[in-house]
Formats: sequence, C-alpha cells, structure tokens
Amino acid sequence: MSNPNIYIPYLMRIEKITQEAPGVKTFRLKFESEHEAEEFEFKAGQFGEYSIVGVGESTFCIASSPTRKGYIECTFRQVGRVTSALASAEEGDVIGFRGPYGNTFPIDEWKGKNLVFIAGGIALPPMRCVIWNALDLRENFKDITIVYGARSVADLVYKHELEEWGNRPDVKLVTTVDPGGETPDWKGEIGFVPSVLEKVAPSAENTIAIVCGPPIMIKFTFPVLEKLGFADHNIFTTLENRMKCGFGKCGRCNVGEKYVCLDGPVFSGEELKLLPAEY
Amino acid sequence: MNELIQKAKDLLESNAVQVVIGYGKGSADKTRAIFLTKSENCDQLLFDSRCVQNLAVYLTKHEIKHLGKLAIVAPIPVLRSILQLAAENQLKESDLVILGVSPESKLIEFESFGAIELFLDAHKIQIDEKYKATIDKIKAMPVSERFAYWMKELEPCFKCYACRAACPLCYCPKCTVENNQPQWIPAASHLLGNLEWHVMRAMHLAGRCTDCEACYTACPMGIPIHLLTKSMLQDVEEHFGPYGPSVGKHNTLSSFNPDDKESFIR
Amino acid sequence: MQIDNYLIRKTSLEKLFNNLIGNGKTVFAPKTSGKRVLFEDVKAFSEITEDYIVTTNSAKSVVFPRTEKLFSYKKTKEKTEITDASTDTFPEVVLWGTRPCDAAAFIPLTDTFNGDYPDVLYNNRLGKVYVLSFSCATCDEYCFCTSVNGGPGNTAGSDILFTKLSTGDYLAEAITEKGKQLVADNQSLFEAAPSEEKEPNLAKVTTYFNQDEIQAKLQNLFENPVWDEKSRACLGCGSCAFVCPVCSCFDIQDEAHGSKGSRLRCWDSCGFGLFTLHTSGHNPRETQGARWRQRILHKFLYMPNKSKVAGCVGCGRCSRVCPADINILETVTSL
Repeated sequence: MSNPNIYIPYLMRIEKITQEAPGVKTFRLKFESEHEAEEFEFKAGQFGEYSIVGVGESTFCIASSPTRKGYIECTFRQVGRVTSALASAEEGDVIGFRGPYGNTFPIDEWKGKNLVFIAGGIALPPMRCVIWNALDLRENFKDITIVYGARSVADLVYKHELEEWGNRPDVKLVTTVDPGGETPDWKGEIGFVPSVLEKVAPSAENTIAIVCGPPIMIKFTFPVLEKLGFADHNIFTTLENRMKCGFGKCGRCNVGEKYVCLDGPVFSGEELKLLPAEY
Repeated sequence: MNELIQKAKDLLESNAVQVVIGYGKGSADKTRAIFLTKSENCDQLLFDSRCVQNLAVYLTKHEIKHLGKLAIVAPIPVLRSILQLAAENQLKESDLVILGVSPESKLIEFESFGAIELFLDAHKIQIDEKYKATIDKIKAMPVSERFAYWMKELEPCFKCYACRAACPLCYCPKCTVENNQPQWIPAASHLLGNLEWHVMRAMHLAGRCTDCEACYTACPMGIPIHLLTKSMLQDVEEHFGPYGPSVGKHNTLSSFNPDDKESFIR
Repeated sequence: MQIDNYLIRKTSLEKLFNNLIGNGKTVFAPKTSGKRVLFEDVKAFSEITEDYIVTTNSAKSVVFPRTEKLFSYKKTKEKTEITDASTDTFPEVVLWGTRPCDAAAFIPLTDTFNGDYPDVLYNNRLGKVYVLSFSCATCDEYCFCTSVNGGPGNTAGSDILFTKLSTGDYLAEAITEKGKQLVADNQSLFEAAPSEEKEPNLAKVTTYFNQDEIQAKLQNLFENPVWDEKSRACLGCGSCAFVCPVCSCFDIQDEAHGSKGSRLRCWDSCGFGLFTLHTSGHNPRETQGARWRQRILHKFLYMPNKSKVAGCVGCGRCSRVCPADINILETVTSL
C-alpha cells in the first residue's frame, strides 16, 4: 500500500452490483485513484477488508481473478451490521478496501496437473478467483473438474458463470443441491457435496484438490478425498476465521502458531492437520 | 465452619449434589471461589471477612450448570443475589442446595427461597452512612461540576467489563454493548463511551441491584462505580418504596399494578 | 551495545525530573490513586510514589493507547474524504518508574506491531518514548520475572535503568543511544560510576519454572483437563489482558457522528466470548477453558516458538487484579 498507515483503506467505487442469490451480492469495484489501480496487484486466494466508512469493516476474499486487471470483485451475504450497510450501497457509491492480505494458492506449482475444485454455498467466491485464474491460463493444466453445491437452486451463486463453465468442453462441472432443494426442472445432482464428490470419484493421480466450504462440509469432504487416494499435501483449502486487521496483529485469527490472515487463509491438508482444532 | 464442611462432605458423598461452590484459599492472603467435586477436598472450605466475592455469579454460567446439581456457600450478599435471580426466573429451587452463612459464620440450611426471604427480612439492604454522605455531596454539585467529577473518576476505565462479569445480575447472554445493530454503546473506551456504559449498566440494575459491591471490588482500577448503583438504589426506594429481592413481588421497574400511582400508562 | 554507568544523587534525580518537565516533556510516573498505584501524567516530583512493586496498570498505553484514532473521515453521497492520523501530534513521553519487567515487555509488543506490516502509529509513538526504569529492591509472591528470562535489575527495553544503592543515591545505567543522549543533555547531574555493586541491591526473585521446559511441556497439553479446571472461576472479563504490558489484541471500530467520524483501534481480549465468534454462530473457542488455554499457550508456547521471545514478563499484574483470583503462575507451575 502506498500509505505508510496500514489501516487506511483504498477508496473504491462500486461499478456493478449483481444479485447472486437471496441475500448474496457481488460488487465489481474500481479504484478511485488511477495510480492505485495501476499499482495494485494480488494473487489468487488473497482477501481484503471491505468497509462502509463509518459503519465498519468486513472480511471477504477477492473473488475476481488476478489475470483480469482494472477491477476487483467481492461476493458477500447480508448477515450483520457491515454487510447490511454494504447491501444497501448502490452502484456509484464509494466503499473502503484494505488489502490484499494473506497467502495465495500455489497455482504455479500446479502446472501440468489435474485440478478438482470442490465448493459449497457461499464458499464458491474464494474458489471463483482461483478457478478463473486457472481457466485464463487453461493450457497450463490438464483436466479441470468443478464440484459445487448449495442448499437449494436459489442459493447457487454465480449462476451465469456456472452456465459458462458447464458449457466449456474443457471443464467438467457437477452441480448439486441438498435433498429437498431441487426445483422441478433441476438437471444437476441431488445430494450433499461430499457424497456427490464420492460419486464423481476424480482420480487422485497427478491431481490437486481445492476445497472450500462451511466447517461441516470440510469435515466430511476430507475423508472422501482420503478415500479417493489424495495425499494431504495435494489438498488445499481456505479457512474462514473471524479476522479483523488482516495483518496478524489483532490476534483474532491466531490458531496455534499461525495467523490465518498471514500464514493463510490458504492451507494445505498437511498444514491443516498441524493446527489445533480452533478454526 | 466445621458444620459447613461436614454438610458439604455429606452432600457430595451422597451425590445429592455434584459440585460445591464455596470460598477457599487464594493467592497471597486472598480467598477465591472454589469448585469442589470430591468430598475429601471439602476441608479447603473457609469463611471469613476476606470472602467478599459474590459467588452467585457462577449460578448462571452454563459451564458450571453443566457440572450437575450445585450447592453454594451463601453469606448474606450471595443470599440476596440468589433471591433476586430466583425472582427473575433464573434459578429453580430444585437446582440448588443453599448453605447459608450467618453474620456470625454459622451454617443456616434453607429449604426454600421463601425461607431465604424470611431470613433476609431481618437483614435488609442498608446503604452505609459514609456512602450516603458522598452521594449527597455529589448530588449537591451543579451539573457541570458533577460531570467533571465523573469524567475524572471514569478516566482510568478501560472497558474490561470486570464490573459486568462479577455482577450476578448481569447474566444476559448478549449484553447491550455487544449489540451492534445499532451500536447503542460505543465499544471503545473514551470518556463519553465510558460514561454511557456505566450509566446504562446502573439503569439496567435499577430495582434489581442488591448492593453487594461486587462491581467495585472487581474493578481493577478501583473506580467507585458502586456509587452509581447505590444512588440508583436510593432513588428506587424514594420513588417506589422499600426495596429488596423477593420471589413474591416482581421487580420494581418491570412490573405494573393497576393501583400504582403512576398514571401515564393508563 | 555498551552500557555507560554513572552515579546520580537523590537530589539530582529530582533535578533531572524537573529538567524534563521544564523541557516540555510529558512524564508518566507511578502515582497513588486510592488503594492502587497507576501510571499517570505527573507535573511535580512529589506526586511520584516509590511505594509499589509494580503499578496496577501497565505503561503500554503510551505506545498502544486504549483508543487510537486510525483516521478520520468526512462523507457525502458523492465523495468520501479520509484524513490520516496526525503522528506529529503524538507527544514526547518520558516513562518514569517502569520496572525491568515493564521495559522488557516493549520487546514482544514491538515485535507484534512490526513484522511484514509495520504499524507507523505504534512506531512513531515508540520513537518518542523514553523508558526510565527503576530496579526492584523488593518483590512479592506474584512476581516471577526470573522464570521468563527476566530479572529485577535487567536492562532490556530501558533507555536508562536506575538502581537505588545503600547510600540512598542511584546507579544510573545509560543503555541506549537515547538514554546516553539524555545523560549528555543533563551531564552535570551524572557523576562517575559508583563502586558499590548493583546485585546486592536487587530483590531476590524466586525462580519457579524454566521457560524452555514449559514450552516443551505445552506442546502436548492441548487436550488436557487442566484448562477447564484452572479456569472454572474465570468470569470472562478483560482485566488480565488490559493490565498486561504485553497483551496487544485489539478491535477496530468505526464511530460516526453525522457525516463525519473516525475509525478507532481499541483494546480487546481473547478472554471475551465474542472474540472468535463467527457470524454463523460457530465459535472455535466456545468455553472459557478454551480461552484460558489460548492465553497460556499464546504467551508461553506460540510466541516463543515464533519469535524467540516469551509473551509474558512475569510482572504478575494479571493475577493481582483478577476478580476471581485466577493466578497465571499457579497455572503454569501446575502443568
């Protein structure tokens, strides 16, 4: 950041708002300062602190790909004070953004491998960044599989992009909804993400699995990956702890010796197993 | 004291209770709350003038309640809090065995909350004369002087919420300050925010506070916040009559009777 | 860095204080307040008390104030203006009367506020602070500095350390460049080093445990009933964290007044239930025992593992103020 005061946010103008699902919106944000827009760089997996100045800050990942310049995107669900204020913002409004914080998906190390993306519900946004990053560099990777599920059809986010991904011949997309969440014309799978993953049974050979979801989904997905033969160091996830400062000082996201905002939020399965169960 | 220890042992041995909450030796020459689950440890129980922490604060904590049925050593301030908690439906008679301790340090076994109320009738809340004098002095100050007085007293407050944590009647699972939609009370500790916090807490205790001074004792900075609660107690008595915890009557400020003299609600 | 030793007479010490005040410096020194001794802004030497083992509160608020304005703003529908915090207004502060444990605490504190993201507000304040510590002639059962690589006459973290000698005068050790400059600016008050040894004038602090051994033990104690047992009486307030000279956890709060306002950084504690609560309702540290464990592990295992410095200086303040008498030394020695 150009300002030595690490707490000062960039000012961003909301260029576009998309209603993804009930209570879930995506903002496309442009830097107010062209100079800042030019200098700004980030990598897949990083997050930021988005704020309505005067109300507070909230932590979301950067949901757009670093290969796309000139803007960043975030997706959030309206649940509390700050997200409610963000949800009432309109296109053209100015919000604050601090970032990029955190570590990144080691996407360079995945060249030449198959990728399996597994996500649930509102956890697709952190995935979306790395999915687009991979698709924009498609020739670097072999097979790409995406398994994504939500509670119901209405809760699926990025519906346009799911369609786009599904129509690509070089991507295998499997979408699912929880039993009872289907609509009469639903053509995808019905079942929880871990069981659908087991059914899809992607090969573990030369494959990296990237998982993101609520704690309960992660809890049941890891054993499935293990069963399918995935080694811990080939599984990556991004943790969603309560974070505030974003740079390892406020103490909230301290888990064991690590700070989720500094040493994470991306952790490999191997690193995750070394953390105490406090996330 | 021996009677108390023996009773505690009996209760644990017969499994009538799973935990005895009492006072035991603490750091240096202090005493502290102890939680006994084995009858042989009951010899750790003691009681003297150093035992001022209000143990009733533990009766609403879920980590303590989950340990099972409780017996609690209860000198008068604790008895008052127990009665107030009962009046507010936070305790049932079947939850507790009460090991009352009289001012002469004798064990009194109470069979019911009603029995406690009867006992406390002879030990009504009395605000000490020295506090009355201080409160009168502050009340006599013109507003600007009074404000300056409190700004000075509240300056060391850093919002640790020890006052809230030690008060048996601050048992709200989500305190008003923890509400951020809207943020009624500022979270940061600046003078105005501190004043808002302490005044709000005193107001929430009006008609409920039993003058145990746990808030003042707990404050790491020694801020005389008990002056606010005592002043509130005086005001409640002045406007609504004699006051004391009672399972029969409802809270002074959260009950209404058609006979009440206030007519605004009619 | 070489330490320069001097003798300073009792009367000259008072003159030094007066010089500092005369030069427009703000001096924070221990002052009696009811039953407690607090670090307060003092204007006269007579306000300072010597009657304390450690002050009730720590001195960290001179570098890490309980409320720090990060920036202020003005907002309309079309425009948001942010005004940076003005570090020029941060005062030069002399901390007079810190103990070696208080001074040592600046090391882990500075570590937290630097790293990959240096906190310019903290660093600016730190740059303007003079730490003038006084060795401990007495200690009590709450003190355990020698168990955490500290000591009653240690110089780490101080600019000048004064030790009272049997004559009533003081050994003055100028440790840092800043300390030496202060001596140079007041040269007439400092005389040639005394011949009396420092050591016999220091308190004898019992060593209760070895930091390295505790670190090793704690590696395997995550799932242990000791955490619930030792924290049963804990009321979940923030007293321990707030009086601790090392604790630095904070919250960020926006405060708006109409179209203007500011973003503040304020003290927070891992002991509060809300600290790690997720919006979903999931709390990684749901019980007070889990939160007590975090306090101990963070101070005695995670911090030393990460940055080679323990997160506890053994001042005992937390145990002294705890309304439920939870004693940190007791917990650590019981492991």
